[in-house]
Amino acid sequence: MATQILMPALSPTMEEGTLAKWLVKEGDVVKSGQILAEIETDKATMEFEAVDEGIVGKLLVEAGTEGVKVNTPIAVLVEEGESAEAAPAPKAVPAPVAAPVAATPVAAVAAAPVAEVIPATPDWPEGTPMKSMTVREALREAMAEEMRGNPNVFLMGEEVGEYQGAYKISQGLLDEFGARRVIDTPITEIGFAGIAVGAAWGGLNPIVEFMTFNFAMQAIDHLINSAAKTNYMSGGQLPCPIVFRGPNGAAARVGAQHSQCYAAWYSHIPGLKVVMPYSAADAKGLLKSAIRDPSPVVFLENEILYGRTFEVPDVADFTVPIGKARIARPGKDVTIVSFGIGMTYALEAAERLAKDGIEAEVVDLRTIRPMDTAAILASVRKTNRLVTVEEGFPQSSVGNFITSVVMEQAFDDLDAPVINLCGKDVPMPYAANLEKLALVTTDEVVAAVKKVTYR
Amino acid sequence: MATKKTTEKSNISADELLKYYRDMLLIRRFEEKAGQLYGMGLIGGFCHLYIGQEAVVVGLEAAAKDGDKRITSYRDHGHMLVCGMDPKGVMAELTGRSGGYSKGKGGSMHMFSREKHFYGGHGIVGAQVPLGAGLAFSDRYKGNDNVTFTYFGDGAANQGQVYETYNMAQLWNLPVIFVIENNQYAMGTSTKRSTKSPNLWERGAAYGIKGEMVDGMDVLAVKAAAEKAIAACRAGDGPYILEMMTYRYRGHSMSDPAKYRTREEVEKMRSERDAIERVRELLLTGGLASDDDLKAIDKEIKAIVNEAAEFSKDSPEPALSELWTDIYA
Repeated sequence: MATQILMPALSPTMEEGTLAKWLVKEGDVVKSGQILAEIETDKATMEFEAVDEGIVGKLLVEAGTEGVKVNTPIAVLVEEGESAEAAPAPKAVPAPVAAPVAATPVAAVAAAPVAEVIPATPDWPEGTPMKSMTVREALREAMAEEMRGNPNVFLMGEEVGEYQGAYKISQGLLDEFGARRVIDTPITEIGFAGIAVGAAWGGLNPIVEFMTFNFAMQAIDHLINSAAKTNYMSGGQLPCPIVFRGPNGAAARVGAQHSQCYAAWYSHIPGLKVVMPYSAADAKGLLKSAIRDPSPVVFLENEILYGRTFEVPDVADFTVPIGKARIARPGKDVTIVSFGIGMTYALEAAERLAKDGIEAEVVDLRTIRPMDTAAILASVRKTNRLVTVEEGFPQSSVGNFITSVVMEQAFDDLDAPVINLCGKDVPMPYAANLEKLALVTTDEVVAAVKKVTYR
Repeated sequence: MATKKTTEKSNISADELLKYYRDMLLIRRFEEKAGQLYGMGLIGGFCHLYIGQEAVVVGLEAAAKDGDKRITSYRDHGHMLVCGMDPKGVMAELTGRSGGYSKGKGGSMHMFSREKHFYGGHGIVGAQVPLGAGLAFSDRYKGNDNVTFTYFGDGAANQGQVYETYNMAQLWNLPVIFVIENNQYAMGTSTKRSTKSPNLWERGAAYGIKGEMVDGMDVLAVKAAAEKAIAACRAGDGPYILEMMTYRYRGHSMSDPAKYRTREEVEKMRSERDAIERVRELLLTGGLASDDDLKAIDKEIKAIVNEAAEFSKDSPEPALSELWTDIYA
């Protein structure tokens, strides 16, 4: 019986990829395990193997096609004497509208990533030339620019060099800057975190990449006791100009130990600055500021955001100040405060609420510590209602802190109790349906806003 | 304990020996005074005295040059005094006064001097080991020939981050000298009760790091070993491990009832192995100094320590506004 071969997901967060090359042609007999194609994701080129044996009845997607969505049928495997047209669509597949076995490459309908335009209160003057780039490219560009500008900036971490970065953030940096400044470490988080802090005291400006912030738990003593506190303990003699960066929070289907947001944890610590960008422009501008900052900065990225495309000012030395929130969408009826990937839900909800006549003002915190509470308070004084959105756990969340600030300083301005939307109070489950349930959703944001606006 | 023989006295000048005598005595008298001030309630919290271990840091520093760095644990007063930090500033930090090295905000365990390349003063056991390797990393990155002395105790030697650091230090040939101050007790736990591999320096062999055991009660043996280790590191052949067999006469901290060892054991060490007495003997029997010379040094040291104590009492407490400074650079 004819079977469809689907575009595979080659990483937990992959949504689409490029079918770089077919290694079989129609009519070929393939065995299980044989390499069928090379597929490029935004991180790497990977070989794709056949699971079943059979004859290649039809190749549905041409080599070189970009933006092929995961689960799109890319070929049909038939048995001897069978027609390729007979292939049924597997049940689990969100079947594309176009007939899957049509001769037209399905990927032709997959458009190039659309840049999200962030209109309100930009950090650049009107008319600034812009370019589209992913968060991944923005982070890389920020590091490369700062490394070009300051010979004491170096990058250290697991797989940052020869492997080109576990998530390809450091792609190309080894080629440009060499092994002296792009340093592959063994898997030894507390060791290299401590070495990097010592190097910062010795006059260098380290960027430490944690493969994910989950692994930084092994090193957290050096982030807090060594990096954050020593300037104070030394009466100001020993500042620690260092950036700890890497993906933070839930990715997709990677289970409890690899899915946790540390924004609230690090934001607890005086002496640390904590940055969590959403857009590519903020990722670039804030990372450049973090590298220049004389204090230690925890820079929390998000794997799912790495591949998203945004507009970034195409100017020399674009920076965004640490500690300044941004009105991502102006509104008058309710304030939604979020940061990092939470902004996805906040902005989607605001869009939907607008259709119901509710104008939500969305505040992107960008920096968790020091927090721009003035921006939050100004917005709440205008809208009189507040919903916070984050993916971290509920108890002692960033939203809890925001609520206390608003209670103390704008209690009389509130027309409804504040709602803190967070991830659910459970270790992240693996099962797809449970994981979805554990994360904050756009629906929840919409419902919370309706609650505080009494709609 | 296994130790090396005392270095031949013939290689040593009178000036050198007198300097070591003076430095070791300064530490001992300073620490005795700190103990007194603690008893008077002028010093609070944790206070870990270096009495008994003086030869280690004096011998190491005797081999150092300008630009070399040092970092240690919370038993840090001796290291600061010998690298040239002002006893007044150290004592005033112990009393939590504005004239202290950290303006009173660090205390006994957390003092620093960028000028003297002293990088603390760290209260988390073993944490200073990768930090010290990081300081060495910065020198290697810059391409100079400075070395970093990274001191830790036999207790810290069982922390995992020490071995993570060994691995990277050797991988990257960092100019770091790991100085294990083996005073034989991790707080109340003797090395015999904490490990079956008694020679701590040998653990470096698993990473290819050279090292040796040294009589840490003999300042000349320490200096000789330090010179060898430093030469290796300056030549790009670092890191190096020196396990200093030493002994602390006082408790782990001021609040230690010391039930884990006998009074006789401590007494025996003091009477037979004391580092200061050993140098005193060398000076007197070698005819390098007279009794009067040494008495004059004693008097001079006493004056320095008393001056430090007076300063530490007179220096005002930090201004209340200091609570909110130095959090960010």
